[in-house]
Amino acid sequence: MLQQKHLLGLEGYPSEDIQSIIDTAFNFREVLDRPIKKVPSLQGVTIVNLFFENSTRTRISFELAQKRLSADTVNFSSSSSSLKKGESFKDTAQNIEAMKIDATVMRHPTPGAPQHLTEFIDAVVINAGDGTHEHPTQAILDMMSLHEKFGKLKGLKVGILGDISHSRVALSNIYGLITMGVEVTLCGPPNLIPPFIRNLGVNVNYNVDEVIEWADALNVLRIQRERMGLGLVPSIREYRAMFGITKERLDHHKKEIVIMHPGPMNRGVEIDGSVADSDQAIILDQVLNGVASRMAILYLLCGGKSSEKEES
Amino acid sequence: MKIEKLAKDLLLINGKIIDPHNRKTFDGDVWLKNGKIAGVGDVNTPKGAEKIDCSGKVITHGFCDLHVHFREPGREDKETLKTGSRAALAGGFTRVCVMPNTHPPLDTPESINFIREKAQECPIHIHPIGAVTKSQGGNDITEMGLMHREGAVAFSDDGIPIQDGAMMRIALEYSTLMNVPVINHAEDECLRAEGVMNEGIVSNHLGLPGNPDFAESTMVHRDLELAKFTGARLHVPHVSSAKSVQHIRGMKKINEKVTAEVTPHHLYFNDEALRSFDTNLKVAPPIRTEQDRKALLEAVKDGTIDCIATDHAPHTIEDKETTFDLASFGMIGLESCFGAVCKVLVVNEMAIALEELIRLLTVKPRNIMGFEADLFQVGIPAEIAILDPTKDWVFDSTHVQSRSVNSPYYGETLTGRVEMTISRGYIASN
Repeated sequence: MLQQKHLLGLEGYPSEDIQSIIDTAFNFREVLDRPIKKVPSLQGVTIVNLFFENSTRTRISFELAQKRLSADTVNFSSSSSSLKKGESFKDTAQNIEAMKIDATVMRHPTPGAPQHLTEFIDAVVINAGDGTHEHPTQAILDMMSLHEKFGKLKGLKVGILGDISHSRVALSNIYGLITMGVEVTLCGPPNLIPPFIRNLGVNVNYNVDEVIEWADALNVLRIQRERMGLGLVPSIREYRAMFGITKERLDHHKKEIVIMHPGPMNRGVEIDGSVADSDQAIILDQVLNGVASRMAILYLLCGGKSSEKEES
Repeated sequence: MKIEKLAKDLLLINGKIIDPHNRKTFDGDVWLKNGKIAGVGDVNTPKGAEKIDCSGKVITHGFCDLHVHFREPGREDKETLKTGSRAALAGGFTRVCVMPNTHPPLDTPESINFIREKAQECPIHIHPIGAVTKSQGGNDITEMGLMHREGAVAFSDDGIPIQDGAMMRIALEYSTLMNVPVINHAEDECLRAEGVMNEGIVSNHLGLPGNPDFAESTMVHRDLELAKFTGARLHVPHVSSAKSVQHIRGMKKINEKVTAEVTPHHLYFNDEALRSFDTNLKVAPPIRTEQDRKALLEAVKDGTIDCIATDHAPHTIEDKETTFDLASFGMIGLESCFGAVCKVLVVNEMAIALEELIRLLTVKPRNIMGFEADLFQVGIPAEIAILDPTKDWVFDSTHVQSRSVNSPYYGETLTGRVEMTISRGYIASN
């Protein structure tokens, strides 16, 4: 069992519990390689996926994880704009709770919304991304993928590249990686790295080539096209020249570095297609590990008794 | 809280009397006859007078708050002049200035007059502050002269900073005609952007958009320079940052007309408290870092800040019981004010004399607005607060008299309790 009832974020999350989730996830990863990829672990458990913001891969990943564990699932989606004028968040939450559910997986555009949800309902709450705050399950699958690749986490050097200011993936990764003893360097345009972020125990280096030389792995974040034209990123070609993970740049370094990306990718912007498709990228492993990680989290929060795999 | 008519003859006996205007503290009685001061100190006991024993209590002037939102007209579901008056009495306040960001805003002589007339029915003194610009639009100045004649005591577009420096200059220049304060909520909207809390370590942790301290301090600096240039009376409301304190401290050395206020919540909380995502702590300007809070405490102590004002801002439950981005800015503050500031300024941290704290709540704000401040003279209509300055009490919802309940103080142990408030012929007992 995990020490906290909910998974709201990785800030202050115990390292032994992160390890326990990763260990359990590796067990489930093995289930995913079987011909029949389903175990009865969460039979009779009802989970609602509350998506107040669009999501493709996180949502599919959670749904698959739930189905693999034999849970009953319901999906709810609402754009934030319709929520603003319609039913209050509290009413939505309480209505769903009234239907006797055991857990909710929620994505919401506002930081703190999952914590807010715990004030209204008794069910387990799993944060699937709250605005620019946290995305803990993404960070766990990233750590699982690093663990898979390197056989350990402690002592690794990981660079996180891109728009740190607006990234929940970056923040959760920072919290999780630091907790697990990984050294972290942030890289990106200075106006997209929050001024106080060093306080979290990370390095900041605006020179991507230096970071590549230093790091064992580089987590390349999506540069949202919405940011262009707001004066935050001057142009795509400027970004590519300064920070793009191009084949030329990597070739120049003559160094094995693991490339990660949480998706969705902008091929030709923050990462070259040829890099994303190369052997040094573990982007699709991350996707598969995402299902396994979410199975582990659901299992441990909604019914698991230990980190031992249940026999099917 | 109980509100009763004052007895014809009333004696407050055995209290410690603090006269903040004449800077005197002495033991004695206060005699009120027909709601007016009839004697203070050694009083010849009139026959048949009703007595209230104030042993162990402090008898002083009723408090004066230069910054409240009573939401009338337009949002009477949040507060009215009457319900706001009850909140004021619960907090020891006998006189308040109401901000003009109502619906419609107080931007005409007629709307100022509306407040003046409505206020006559209330148990405290209520003074309207007029808008600086029509519809608080920031473009055209209001009929300040006519509004002043109807009773506007100051001018402010509160809640909406005057972004245009030239407009601020015009307003300050014109205000010298009436010689009343102009109050500008200093916040550069471009720098503030979407910020909902102080930009800093905590906002980075929480992923909430930050509002940097220099969004305030740069505009405070602009206003200070304009005030010096125009000779107008600038009053800086709810100072929240160490940087603004620095600017005000510097400018006060060469311009004695500048005044400034601070809220209890900026003295009491720091941004670490927002880790709870409690929307009641979402205020404008935001609650800042511990370093800023300490600078504000120092600024109160050295006189850079002239007075305490609550920025009492009632909101409905629905406005606050929502996610952080959608929640309204503001908290109520009248009821918790004295317990909060007495705790941090007198008892726990700053060792400011109780007499000095009382001046920050009585004489000093009255002087800024030109209200009578020597309230223990015979014949003055009684405005009195009776305090227990050492009492520890846990703030809870039963202490709230406002129509709204958006307070972050629930569960906080405060020090210093308002026991009774006497105002306009009434006595309110907590």
